[in-house]
Amino acid sequence: MMLAPRLLRLLAALPLLALGGCAALEHGVMNHAGPIAASHWHLYVIVGVVLVAVAGPVLLLTPLIAWHYRLSNKRHAFRPKWDFSWTLEGLIWIPPIGIVIGLSVLLWDYTHMLDPYRPIASGQAPLEVQAVGLDWKWLFIYPDEHIATINRLTIPAGRPVHLRLTSGTVMQSLLIPRLAGQIYAMTGMVSQLNLAASHPGVFLGENTQFNGKGFQDQKFNVVALPPADYPKWVGQARASGHPFDADDFAGLFHKSSPSQPVVFSSAPPHLFRQIIVRSQETGS
Amino acid sequence: MTDGILPAVLGRFEWQSLPFVRAWEHPNASEIVGAGAGAVVIIGAILVAALITRLGKWRYLWSEWFTSVDHKKIGIMYIVLAFVMLSRALIEGVLMRMQQATAVNSPGFIAPDHFAQLFSTHGTIMIFFMAMPFLTGLINYVMPLQIGSRDVAFPVLNSVSLWLTAAAAALVMASLVVGRFSTGGWSGYPPYTELAFSPGVGTDYWIWAVTLGSVGSTLTGINFAVTIYKMRCAGMRLMRMPLFVWTALCTSILMIFAMPPLTVATALLALDRYLDFHFFTNDLGGNMMNYANLFWLFGHPEVYILILPAFGVFSEVVSTFSSKQLYGYTSLVIATAVITVLSFTVWVHHFFTMGQAADINAAFGIATMAIGVPTGVKIYDWIWTMFLGRVRFTVPMLFSLAFMMTFVLGGFTGILLAFPPLDYLAHNTLFLVAHFHNMLIPGLLYGMLAGYHYWFPKAFGFRLDEKWGRISFGCWVLGFYLAFMPLYVLGASGMARRTQAVFEPSFRPWLYVAGIGALLLAGALASLFVQLWVSVRDRKANRVFAGDPWDGRGLEWSISAPPPEYNFAVLPQVNSRHPFHDGKRQDDPYAPPRAYEDITLPRNSMTGPAIGILAAAAAFGLVWHMWWLAIIGALAISAVVIARSFARDVEHTISADEVQRTEQRWLRAAANAAPIPRELEMTSANQGLAEVSA
Ligand code: HEM
Ligand SMILES: [Cu+2]
Ligand SMILES: [Cu+2]
Repeated sequence: MMLAPRLLRLLAALPLLALGGCAALEHGVMNHAGPIAASHWHLYVIVGVVLVAVAGPVLLLTPLIAWHYRLSNKRHAFRPKWDFSWTLEGLIWIPPIGIVIGLSVLLWDYTHMLDPYRPIASGQAPLEVQAVGLDWKWLFIYPDEHIATINRLTIPAGRPVHLRLTSGTVMQSLLIPRLAGQIYAMTGMVSQLNLAASHPGVFLGENTQFNGKGFQDQKFNVVALPPADYPKWVGQARASGHPFDADDFAGLFHKSSPSQPVVFSSAPPHLFRQIIVRSQETGS
Repeated sequence: MTDGILPAVLGRFEWQSLPFVRAWEHPNASEIVGAGAGAVVIIGAILVAALITRLGKWRYLWSEWFTSVDHKKIGIMYIVLAFVMLSRALIEGVLMRMQQATAVNSPGFIAPDHFAQLFSTHGTIMIFFMAMPFLTGLINYVMPLQIGSRDVAFPVLNSVSLWLTAAAAALVMASLVVGRFSTGGWSGYPPYTELAFSPGVGTDYWIWAVTLGSVGSTLTGINFAVTIYKMRCAGMRLMRMPLFVWTALCTSILMIFAMPPLTVATALLALDRYLDFHFFTNDLGGNMMNYANLFWLFGHPEVYILILPAFGVFSEVVSTFSSKQLYGYTSLVIATAVITVLSFTVWVHHFFTMGQAADINAAFGIATMAIGVPTGVKIYDWIWTMFLGRVRFTVPMLFSLAFMMTFVLGGFTGILLAFPPLDYLAHNTLFLVAHFHNMLIPGLLYGMLAGYHYWFPKAFGFRLDEKWGRISFGCWVLGFYLAFMPLYVLGASGMARRTQAVFEPSFRPWLYVAGIGALLLAGALASLFVQLWVSVRDRKANRVFAGDPWDGRGLEWSISAPPPEYNFAVLPQVNSRHPFHDGKRQDDPYAPPRAYEDITLPRNSMTGPAIGILAAAAAFGLVWHMWWLAIIGALAISAVVIARSFARDVEHTISADEVQRTEQRWLRAAANAAPIPRELEMTSANQGLAEVSA
C-alpha cells in the first residue's frame, strides 16, 4: 500500500537533509579534533557499515514480500500450512550469531583501547587537571601549575590531558564531543578521563546529566593552545592577581553559573581533596 | 505542636502549592501553562462527573465496571486509563518539542523548572501509566480468552492491581493541581532526588506514584503467570499456546522478578527522604551507584516487559492477516524465552560511563548485542510468515509492517549504543532519546495500537472505522520519523537531553522538523479519537456479533463479539495450535453443545476500588506530610483486606437456562449472518462470519 513508497522516500530524504544540516554535525564527533575522538569515529563507521548490511535485508524484504503476497495478487502460490524450513532457520540464526561474535571481538578491543582511564601513549607526560562538577559550572584545578579556572579548560594542543573528576554536588557527566567520550563525576569519588586535542581550537564542553534549573547553562569552552602559547597562558593566569580564597570556596557551592569564565592566579594545594572530603560531612 | 492545628492537618500545603495562585502572583507564560493544565484537570473532572450524573450512570458505573472483577472489563478499564494518560503525556512531549524549537538562544515559553517537570512526568507517565496499563489491559482482555478460561486465577487481586495503578496515575494527575511534580526525570537518580537537592513535594509524588504502580504490576505479573500455568483449557499444552500468551507469560515472569528491585529502590529513597537514612545521599556513606544498579536491574527488563506483549500482538496479527500459520513457532518461543533470560544480564549498559573497568563494560556490551540475535530472528519469522501467504493491509497489519521496518532502525542504533566507546559519546544526548523512542514507539505503541484495532471488534462487537484508522496510522508513522530522526543528528552533534534552552543556532532547522513531527503525532492521537467517535456513531453498520471478523485462528474468535460474561458456555477442548482455524474447517463451530450447565463466576467486589482510593489517600498524605491521612489510609487498607478475608458469599451462578438463552441468540445470529471472503472484511458486509476456504 502507501507504506513502502512513503518510507523509502523518507529514507532517501534523510541523507539529503543531513547534508544540509552538516553545520550541526560539525559540533560532534564527526568533526573530531583529537586522537581519542578520531578512534571513536572510526569505530562508528566500522559498526555502521556492518549494521547497514544487517538491517538492509529486513528493510528490503518486508515491503517486497508483503506487497508481492498481497491478497489481490492472484499470481502467486498460497501455502497456508507452510511454516518451517531448516535452511531458512539456519539462515536466520547462524549469520546473526556470526556477526555478533565478530562484532564482539571488535567491541572487546575497542572498549579496552578507548577505556577512558587508559593513558594516551605519547612522548610527553600528560597535563594533569582536576575537574569538579558544580551547580551549574565546572571548576578546573591545575595541580602542577597551582592555578585554577571556572568554566574554561585551557590545554596545550598535541599533549595528552589526564582529567581526574569529582562532583561538589549531585552526579554530573562531562562531555567534550569533539575530543572524547563522557564520564560521570560523582561526589566523594574520583573518576578519570584521558583526552587530547591534535590541533589548536575551541571546543564545546558540557555537563550532560540533568542537575537542576541551571543545567542548560552548564557549558564551557575547551581552548587548545599552540604548545608554545600554553606556558604563556599559565604565566598570564598567575599574574592575574586573583588568588582562590575562602570566599571563592564558598562561592563554588552557590547554585549559579558565572557569566564569564574565571581565572584564579593561585589555588590551594589540596583543593580537590578538600572538596571530596567536604561531601562526606553531614548536610552537603 | 505549638504552631497550631492547621499545619498538623494540612502538612506542607500552602497557597503557593496551587498553580492558580502561582500564576496569579507571577503571570508569565510558564506559570500560565501550568495553571492551564491544572484547570484542564479540574474542569475535565467536573465535566465528566457532571455528565455521569446527568446521565444517571453512577450506579451503573460502580456496579457494572468499578467493582467488576471480570477480566474483560478490567482489561478495558486499563486501556481507557492508558489512553487518558497517553493524551496527557503526548501533549507534554509536544510542549517540550515546541519549547526547544523556540528556545534557540532565547528563553522560550517554558521556564527551566517547569520544563524539568515536563520530561519527568512525560517519561514516568509514558512508561508506568500509559505503556504498562495498555499492555496489562490487552493481556487481561485477550489472554484468558486465548487459553479457554473464564477468568484469571485471582480475579479480585486483578481488580486490586487495576485500582492501585489508577491510584498511582491519579497521584500524578493531582500533582498538576496541588504542588509540583518531580524534576528528577523518569529514573529519579539520587542524590539529585534527595532532600538536600529536591526538598519539595515533587520527588515524593514521583516516589509514591511509582511505588504504587510497581506493586500493582508485581501483583499483575503473579496473577497472569498463575493463570497461564494453571487455567489453560483441556489440550492447551504449552507448545500449543498462541504466541501472545507466550509473550504474556514471559512478560509476567519479568514483572515478578524485575518490579521488586524498583520497589526496593524507591522505598530506600523514601527512607532517605522521610526518616533520614543515608542509602543514596552524598554524606555519611550513602552511594548513588547502588541506586543506579537497582533501578536498571528493573529498568532494562522493563523495556522487554513493554516490548514482548507487542511482539505477541504482531505474531497474531501477521499470521491472521496473511491467512497463514506462523512461521517458526518454536523458534519464536525460544527467542522469546532467550530474550527474557538475557534481559537480566545487560543492565550495566545504562551506565557504561560510571567509570567501571573496561572488562565489565565489554562483557555487558557483548551481552547487549547478544539480545539482538533472538530479536532479529523474530523479525525474520514474521517476514517468512507473510511469505506464501495472502496479505491484507488492514490497520493492524499496517502497524505491524511499519513496526518491522522502523524497529530495525532502532535496533541498528541500539547496537551502536551497545559499544561502550560509542555510548560514551551518545549517552545522555538526544541520540539516546531518539534511540529509545525508536524502540518504544514502534515496539510498544504501534503494537498496542495494532492490538487495539485487532481485538476492538471482539470486545465491543463492531469494527473500527478503516479510513480514520489509516489517517491515524499515516500520522503515527510520518510523525515518528519527522519527530525523532532529527534527534539522532542533534545527539551526534552533542546536544544533551533534558535541555530547556539551546545555544547553537545550527540546531534550529532540526528542532523545527522535530517540532512538526511532534504536531503530526498529536494529530495521530486526535485521529484515533475521531475514529472512535465515528466508529461508535456508525456501529450499527459495522457489527460483527458473530464474532469472527478476521477469519481468526485462536479460541478468542470462537465466541460472540462481545463475549458473554462467562466467555465460554462449555469450556473448550483443543488439539492443535490453531483450534478455531482448524475447527472451522473440520466441523461446524456454531453447532450448539449437547447440554448447558450452570456457570459459577466470582461476584463483584469493592475491595479493589476501596484499596485504590485508600492507597491514593495514604500516598497523598505521605507526599504532603499529612501524617493523619497516611496513617488512616494505611490502617483502612489493612481493615479492607481483613474484611475481605471474612467474605463468604463471593460467587454468583448463571443458570443453565440463561446461558442457553444467551448462546442461542448468538448462534441464531451466526446462522443468519452471511459468510464473507477476505476481500470484503473491511466493508460493512462483514458480520463476523468468515467464509471458510481450504
Ligand atoms: C508520541 C509522541 C512522543 C513525543 C512527541 C515524545 C517527546 C519526548 C521528548 C521531547 C522528550 C524529552 C527529550 C529530552 O530529554 O530532551 C521525551 C523523553 C522521554 N520519552 Fe517521549 N515522546 C513521545 C512518546 C513516548 C513514548 C511512547 C514513550 C514510552 C513508552 C516515551 C518515553 C519517554 C521517556 C522515558 C523519556 C525520558 C524522560 C526523562 O528524561 O526522564 N515517549 N519524549
Ligand atoms: Cu562512583
Ligand atoms: Cu537496557
